[in-house]
Amino acid sequence: MRLPCPICGTRDRREFYYQGAASMLERPVSGELDAWHAYVHVRDNPAGRTRDLWHHEAGCGAWVIVERDTVTHEVFGAVLVEDADAD
Amino acid sequence: MDRLTAVSPGADLLPVRQGALTLEEVLPGEITSIAPFRGQRKAVTQALLAALGVGFPEANCLTRKGELRCVWMGRDLAFLMGARLTADLGGLAAVTDQSDGWIVLKLSGAGAEDVLARLVPADLRAAAFPEGAAIRTQLGHMNVSVARTGGGLQIMGFRSMARTLVQEIADAMASVAARAGAG
Repeated sequence: MRLPCPICGTRDRREFYYQGAASMLERPVSGELDAWHAYVHVRDNPAGRTRDLWHHEAGCGAWVIVERDTVTHEVFGAVLVEDADAD
Repeated sequence: MDRLTAVSPGADLLPVRQGALTLEEVLPGEITSIAPFRGQRKAVTQALLAALGVGFPEANCLTRKGELRCVWMGRDLAFLMGARLTADLGGLAAVTDQSDGWIVLKLSGAGAEDVLARLVPADLRAAAFPEGAAIRTQLGHMNVSVARTGGGLQIMGFRSMARTLVQEIADAMASVAARAGAG
């Protein structure tokens, strides 16, 4: 698998570290326990399109949101977390 | 006080020769990392151009003037090599001395790309990786910088991994040279 790093271009998967679902960027604004429980522990396991966080560890060092399909392995694109998340 | 002798990271390891291939150590002198603060990249480039004649490189590139090189090393990061940083980057960038942290190698000769093709998961053939290209990638499991400059491939790795880095490349050189020799 190759991933399109917005900075480096298309690179081999070995250069990337997989973090997990991009829902991690959507922090609950309230202190409500259920919201935080879902944020920390509950994940979808989609057969199809998914958005994940990857770290271009052996490349530029940027965090990237990659959209891909878990069934076909098609990679649709990637954006920098920096551009998508104000934090 | 005793007079101390500086020993380069690859002093007892290099050069390595195999057929047409040569792996040698480059002594770049001072290495300074430059990490522009948010929104200051243009100002950093202007300061570097005024003081040294090279700009801050675009991603996957290096800028050079004579022996002086400014090598892209990651997101908002570049290494100035071959000269002291004389520009005043106060307030514009985070600057650190990296001189003793890295081993710098040059791999040259016919088949140099074939050697790194066995170790690096990136296309380093001249068509995809021309003179002046500089990327961060892996060599085996080591994070490195690879650049094409001065008629060869420059590989920079952490000094702490110098022996492994040289051994990995030397083994691949032996394989490529043996295959070339076998016709």
